[in-house]
Amino acid sequence: MEPTELISEALGTLTVNKMRTGLAILGIVIGIGSVIALVSLGQATQQTISSQIESLGANLLTVEPGAQRSGAVRGAFGGGTTLTLDDANAISTSPQVTTVQNVSPEVQRRAQVTTGSNNTNTEIVGATPAYLIVHKITLSSGSFISQRDVKGITKVAVIGPQVVSDLFGEGTDPVGQDIRINGKTFTIIGVTVSKGGTGFLNRDDIVYIPLTTAMKEIFGINYLNSIALEAKSPDVMTQAQNQVGYLLLARHKLGDPTQADFSIFSQQDILNTASATTGTFTTLLSGIAAISLLVGGIGIMNIMLVTVTERTREIGLRKALGAKKQTITLQFLTESIILTFSGGVIGVGVGIIASYIISNLISSPFAVSLSSIALAFIVSAGIGILFGWYPAKRAANLQPIEALRYE
Amino acid sequence: MKSRPIIETSHLSKIYKNDSVETVALVDVTFGINEGEFVAIMGPSGSGKSTLMHILGALDLPTSGTYILDGENVEKLTDDELADIRNRKIGFVFQAYNLLPRTSALKNVMLPMAYAGVPKEERRDKADKFLKMVGLGDRINHTSNQLSGGQQQRVAIARALSLNPAILLADEPTGNIATTQAEEIMAIFQQLNDQGHTIVMITHEPDIAEHAKRIIHIRDGKIVKDSDGHKQKLVSHKSTS
Repeated sequence: MEPTELISEALGTLTVNKMRTGLAILGIVIGIGSVIALVSLGQATQQTISSQIESLGANLLTVEPGAQRSGAVRGAFGGGTTLTLDDANAISTSPQVTTVQNVSPEVQRRAQVTTGSNNTNTEIVGATPAYLIVHKITLSSGSFISQRDVKGITKVAVIGPQVVSDLFGEGTDPVGQDIRINGKTFTIIGVTVSKGGTGFLNRDDIVYIPLTTAMKEIFGINYLNSIALEAKSPDVMTQAQNQVGYLLLARHKLGDPTQADFSIFSQQDILNTASATTGTFTTLLSGIAAISLLVGGIGIMNIMLVTVTERTREIGLRKALGAKKQTITLQFLTESIILTFSGGVIGVGVGIIASYIISNLISSPFAVSLSSIALAFIVSAGIGILFGWYPAKRAANLQPIEALRYE
Repeated sequence: MKSRPIIETSHLSKIYKNDSVETVALVDVTFGINEGEFVAIMGPSGSGKSTLMHILGALDLPTSGTYILDGENVEKLTDDELADIRNRKIGFVFQAYNLLPRTSALKNVMLPMAYAGVPKEERRDKADKFLKMVGLGDRINHTSNQLSGGQQQRVAIARALSLNPAILLADEPTGNIATTQAEEIMAIFQQLNDQGHTIVMITHEPDIAEHAKRIIHIRDGKIVKDSDGHKQKLVSHKSTS
């Protein structure tokens, strides 16, 4: 029989019991749909994180206190007290360090920020003018913290757009107004442009104040939480990492690099860690979705076994009229593949719609990869063959006399 | 007109083994059927006539003995080889018609030709021709459940004829059909026999067996009487267009 005949005959049989066919397909629709939705969701999240990290600067290095770990695992933030402002100054002035062009010493901690009527809990960052360049911050109004502010320990603040809308309402320009941080009054001198992002990467929910003010007046500390470095180009990242590393080892009087009380990592290191994390998460979710696909496949097998039993007499007749085992096998495989494949087609549609809705809800970019769609088709057809095989073989091996006698 | 042998059996036996119980269904059956014969195999139920029909129809293999169908030895063949023999050499007509449900008469008749690999156009033309021959030219697109018992059996006959088989094998072809329609079915068989088709019919009804030219009586798995050349009861041929 020609393939087109096999297909049209199988379609004819499948449309007889529409309810059963529909329910069998539904299992595959849910399976494929959830795989597509979750994989594209995972990929969208990964893309979001990558683009956010990359927007922070490709030649950015970060020095943090705490022991060097394998890879780039961050120690508890602000846990170490070994980095000092002198270290930062040494990096910018040392003749050994030739590959670093900007040094931004930083302290940060969460604190309560209030105006007369509103208050918000936000990240307070103590920064120098270098911060603006190293972290590629732009201002929508006013100006950033100047060298004079740092020297004079002035009480000025530059705030992110999230803080603006939390404290003053959206669309207002608060430059010139006052806010209170830990009971001390600061004058707002600038507002940053929105960088987007959520969670620990949110660069909009930040209040920048001069480094010296933060250390002495607000946090009462004499150490830095981190030093951000801008290398001269992305090509000299490793070199910069080594130069700074050896300088700090010497300054901290440590001979053995494994004893280092600080760690230096690049954006690429963070990116790798984040990718690994979201990758694991995506794999986990896809695994769960794959299980639902497996359950759908078992549903198909169940239905096909019922069909074979119901149509025992028909199979007997077909064999009596000259159908070979292969023909019977193909007939039933065609039916199960049509079931799973149409389930796959609908499932891809459902998955795309679902991931579109979810990406709108969590405001991440909507991305459906062609490879996952292609994979869904292959997998759904494969499931048809895998789970249709046993029922089809069972049909093909029926003995014609017994099948004809079957009541 | 005794000519070419179509069926030659010698010392056919069939023993069914079920757990430890052995059931002897056929014992040492030897007979031959030539081209153009119309043979009725008669016997009460349990006589072994169904077993004989299954072996003659290559649906089952004998325990011992030889069976040659149209020059081909049907012994120790695989399932697929048997399927091929059935397809090319035997036209089955069953008691319960055994048409595919929800399928048009035309498609039912085309089915064995599809298994034989006949091109689609040719299948359609032949199916159309054979359905006209059994008088269903105006019902080729009716599905099985839209046809009466007699009409369904005529579709089955058209299906049996479609690959021009060496033998038409009918198992109680009128068993489920009202008497008047049964006569019409028998008329078609006689007409086909007149055209040269070899027909073997299993029945337990003497009335029906009377339409055959030769009656083989079987009892307890053995041939007890072979009335070659008995007087055939003739039914008037209705014109079928």
